[in-house]
Amino acid sequence: MSTTIATEPQAGKGKESRPVVSDRSAAENRLGLKLVAPAVILMLLVTAWPMIQALYLSLFRYRLTAPDDREFIGIDNYVTVLTDSLFWRDTWNTLLIMVVTVAVELVVGFAFAMVMHRIVFARGLMRTSILIPYGIITVVSAFAWQFAFSLNNGFVNSWFSWLPWITADTNWYGDHWPAMFAIMVSEIWKTTPFMALLLLAGLAQVSEDMLEAAKVDGATWWQRLTKVILPNMRAAIMVAVLFRALDAYRIFDNIFVMTRGAQDTESISFLTYRQVIEQMQLGLGSALSVLLFLSVLLLAWLIVKLFKVDLAQARGEG
Amino acid sequence: MDAKTKVGTWIGFVLIMLWCLFPVAWIISLSFKSEGETATGSAQFLPKEPTWDNYSAILDNGDFTRALINSFGIALIATVLSVIFATLAAYAIARLDFKGKRLVLSLALAIAMFPVVSLVGPLFDMWTTFGLFNTWPGLIIPYMSFTLPLAIWTLSAFFREIPWEMEQAAQVDGATSWQAFRKVIVPLAAPGVFTAAILTFFFAWNEFVLAISLTSTTSSRTVPAQMSFFVGPDPFNPPYAQLATASVIVTLPVIIIVLLFQRKIVAGLTSGAVKG
Repeated sequence: MSTTIATEPQAGKGKESRPVVSDRSAAENRLGLKLVAPAVILMLLVTAWPMIQALYLSLFRYRLTAPDDREFIGIDNYVTVLTDSLFWRDTWNTLLIMVVTVAVELVVGFAFAMVMHRIVFARGLMRTSILIPYGIITVVSAFAWQFAFSLNNGFVNSWFSWLPWITADTNWYGDHWPAMFAIMVSEIWKTTPFMALLLLAGLAQVSEDMLEAAKVDGATWWQRLTKVILPNMRAAIMVAVLFRALDAYRIFDNIFVMTRGAQDTESISFLTYRQVIEQMQLGLGSALSVLLFLSVLLLAWLIVKLFKVDLAQARGEG
Repeated sequence: MDAKTKVGTWIGFVLIMLWCLFPVAWIISLSFKSEGETATGSAQFLPKEPTWDNYSAILDNGDFTRALINSFGIALIATVLSVIFATLAAYAIARLDFKGKRLVLSLALAIAMFPVVSLVGPLFDMWTTFGLFNTWPGLIIPYMSFTLPLAIWTLSAFFREIPWEMEQAAQVDGATSWQAFRKVIVPLAAPGVFTAAILTFFFAWNEFVLAISLTSTTSSRTVPAQMSFFVGPDPFNPPYAQLATASVIVTLPVIIIVLLFQRKIVAGLTSGAVKG
């Protein structure tokens, strides 16, 4: 990427002279565009085009069950959504799940990465094991944890009955907070390995010499962690947080399998799905789709701005 | 390494292994419990009388085996096509100088973060119009679109590392350009392509939102979708053991791939985001 920027000023050395494009670079330009065209068209076909479609449909009162009653209503769908407490409750749930799971994953994932970085034996075995939760289908993870927390067939109640708030009859899916907890456990279990692997790659970039120097200078373990390790792997941490946060914000599979949105555990993705597929409210659902898309965009922008994530730099292209 | 760190590393190792393998052990254990045992409630971890009954029941279940075929077919076709397109694009990004390179990478990144659910409505509408609803291509096309970003990023990171001068060197030594490509470049690029293929396959194998929204029958439903609709005769008592069995069966390919290619997967996952 850096080469493209670097060549431009060179080409236009004289201020008024236009950049000279040789036949060779023109041909290279054409070939490059030809090679990326299929991928770009395919990516746009399934995202940009439907998104424009959603923007258009969101301005109509449109139910698939009564397609002839389609009626232009302007921004009414957006007003309906934004004034509905259900939308805000689901947004709150989604944000809560995102913040809690990413925070836990960051701490646990970092601990995992430290162990994997330091370990001298069984590296292959550990890497294989950590890839299993990563590779496992989310629906399977959701079922495994749903059954683990189940009232009649789960082991959680009997194993953890020594905790004051857990008894043999604790119904995890009977109340909001326990159900949210179960959902988050499944989410955290499956995605922590991904976080750990990204952080491990970041840890590998921290120079051992610098750590050794800090040690010689008498820095404590905590000082080495906060003053040397963490600042030097900032880019890796931020990329991991960005990816995981946006992924967690789209949470759907776990909720669908574990609670189907019962006990107010619905996420914003689940609400959108329910409006479109179950209620066939294509107009209202499209408004939700547009809002979901905008909120992901906003979130990505906020994270990038707030933490100054530089993806190019993180890739070593800076 | 001092003794304290050694002990810490050992404890960490045990905890990580437990974290990763315990839930897997749990569904395997559950898959060996008999239907009678789960119907009356079975709160202990291990089965009272282990049985293979669930495995024969699941493999005799036509809907499940059909879903398994759909999952394999759709994931494999999407993977092959996606990797071909991504290889072309990544080659251009890594080797050629052309306008809009940055734009392509940014677009790929934006699509990697795209909320899939927000496409469900319009895609549902479009696919019913084009006759793609509830068909294999109806899932393959969006799976390709959503795996291209990861494949392009991974592959362009890999391709950047290839010493392309070797191609010319081989030609100077008398190889034809086809020989130079086949004998020098292909062996160097193959690991990257393969890694991208594994990650793409994982995505397609795992995908759920589109699989439940754009299908309606077993003719194109994949395993995750089929499992979520498999409630059995009594809605208040889901067929725990059979669902666990189905879970074990769909997890087997994942475990096999991970066992064979763990090094490549880790390299691919991290090269896309952080260069080590």
